[in-house]
Amino acid sequence: MLLSVENLEVKYGNIQALHGISFHVNEGEIVTLIGANGAGKTTSLYAVARLAPPEAPRVIAGDIKFQGKSILATRPSDVVKQLKMALSPEGRRIFGNLTVMENLKLATYARDKSADLEQEFERVFDLFPRLKERRLQRSESLSGGEQQMLAVGRALMTGCRILLLDEPSMGLAPVLKYELFRKLKRLNEEGMTILLVEQNASLALNLAHRGYVLDTGHIVAEGTSAELSNNPDVKKAYLGG
Amino acid sequence: MLKRYSVHLILTLLGGLIVYLAYFEYLGLYFLSVLMFMGVNIILSSSLNLVNGYMGEFSCGHAGFMCVGAYVASVLGVWLFARDRVFGAPLLDPDYALYAFPVIILAGGVAAALAGLLVAFPSYKTRGDYLAIITIAANYIIISAIENMSSIGGSRGLMGMKGVINAMEDTLYLPWMPIWVFLFTIFCVWVIRRYVSSTFGKGVNAISQDEVAAEIMSVNTNKIKTITFMLSSGLAGIGGGLFAYILGYVNPGSFNILKSTEIMVMVYLGGMGSLSGSILAAIFFTILLELLRPLQIIKWIVIPLVLIILMQFRPEGIMGNRELGQIFPRLKKFYRFK
Repeated sequence: MLLSVENLEVKYGNIQALHGISFHVNEGEIVTLIGANGAGKTTSLYAVARLAPPEAPRVIAGDIKFQGKSILATRPSDVVKQLKMALSPEGRRIFGNLTVMENLKLATYARDKSADLEQEFERVFDLFPRLKERRLQRSESLSGGEQQMLAVGRALMTGCRILLLDEPSMGLAPVLKYELFRKLKRLNEEGMTILLVEQNASLALNLAHRGYVLDTGHIVAEGTSAELSNNPDVKKAYLGG
Repeated sequence: MLKRYSVHLILTLLGGLIVYLAYFEYLGLYFLSVLMFMGVNIILSSSLNLVNGYMGEFSCGHAGFMCVGAYVASVLGVWLFARDRVFGAPLLDPDYALYAFPVIILAGGVAAALAGLLVAFPSYKTRGDYLAIITIAANYIIISAIENMSSIGGSRGLMGMKGVINAMEDTLYLPWMPIWVFLFTIFCVWVIRRYVSSTFGKGVNAISQDEVAAEIMSVNTNKIKTITFMLSSGLAGIGGGLFAYILGYVNPGSFNILKSTEIMVMVYLGGMGSLSGSILAAIFFTILLELLRPLQIIKWIVIPLVLIILMQFRPEGIMGNRELGQIFPRLKKFYRFK
């Protein structure tokens, strides 16, 4: 088990957002957390990435373990650096006044200077050829889909082994959505472990190996993607039929 | 070859010219002091730009750190090298004053950098308006601390820095103050330039854009904030030390919130996140203040008005977010910066 979350309870100020959720991610898997607005999906990811309050929640009970060791005391910059776990946040949050290339370079901020970065830039450009075309453009001038590609590419450039994706399909045209998910599948086939948070449940379950359904801070269902897709409750609530 | 050393060449010529004019007294004392204040203002505005412009925080207590630097440098200098009513006979041979002077100014800078921690720690958890209030508070804390230290003059202020300058001139007769101000100004601008163009400095830009995104890109935001606040206030301390020696007199009242505002005006005038903008604005603002001197107190109506007009018609400042080389690409032919 690469990453495991055990009975996690978190609060924003006085409001409890997660009421003891548990899930785990194995190496090489794609795991998805699905659920409606306010179910606690983003909160779970922020907690795993160890972001600090006020933006992120405060853990009050439970534990988050990486390869069996608690990471509750780890700083977010060390989550990226030492645990190789990178978050591509909701709403992209790219650095708009920097060029595409500078955005990608910034992601290598804490990396070993001897690492073969050229090859990794190539890998990202190979995955998202559009970024290569636009690499000298200020990133705020990119389209929404391209910005999303940049956000994923930026996370990859940190040299991560686990990718935490928060709503990568948000605001994308259907064509781009499918394209992005095909790319994610390819990444996974190359060995990347992915924890995906998604509102678009059918899309997410199509891609993922396993999934968890979150509802107002509780996990209400879990299982393989096939099991969840056939679960009548899940079907009714999230898959439109 | 010429391209590579053109900046060095121009600076050397400029420095040489100022020293030459000062030495043969072609420049009156008045012009000389305006020139020196220009240097100090360049240090102050560019160091504040580091926090307000590059890092995107809002610090309004810059004069407080300047005050720390001014007092530490003055007390050290007077105590070590000058005969003074309060501190008595000089502790060291005044012949050493010349060599020790840069160390004294730097010591003021270090003390101010430590005072910068007053603002750096709260900045981990707050930003924006809340941090601005904290920086104002820091400004007041520093001033009232010094006002209540009667051993260094309290609110009456501290004198005797002229003795240190005299000691330097006794050792070797040169216009030392203009020389030191010139050298320290170049030093400070160089440090800031190197800092913001380094890989580490890119993290500063990332913080100003989006702190959470910076954090998940493995930028250790707390560390960068600490270092940036300390560097910024440390450089302000150097500026403060020079300010004290130019005037030959310091009192806490001259480092109040009005002075902080003045520095902020220069930063916004020049443009956030533009080093050349800060420098130009400091030069322009110093001249403007001198030109408006005959207006006396009305000056403080005219200057805010100028600022309001500027914010109306060019809110991004003279240079915006750009450097000189980006506005006039042709200039790049003549110099190269790394």
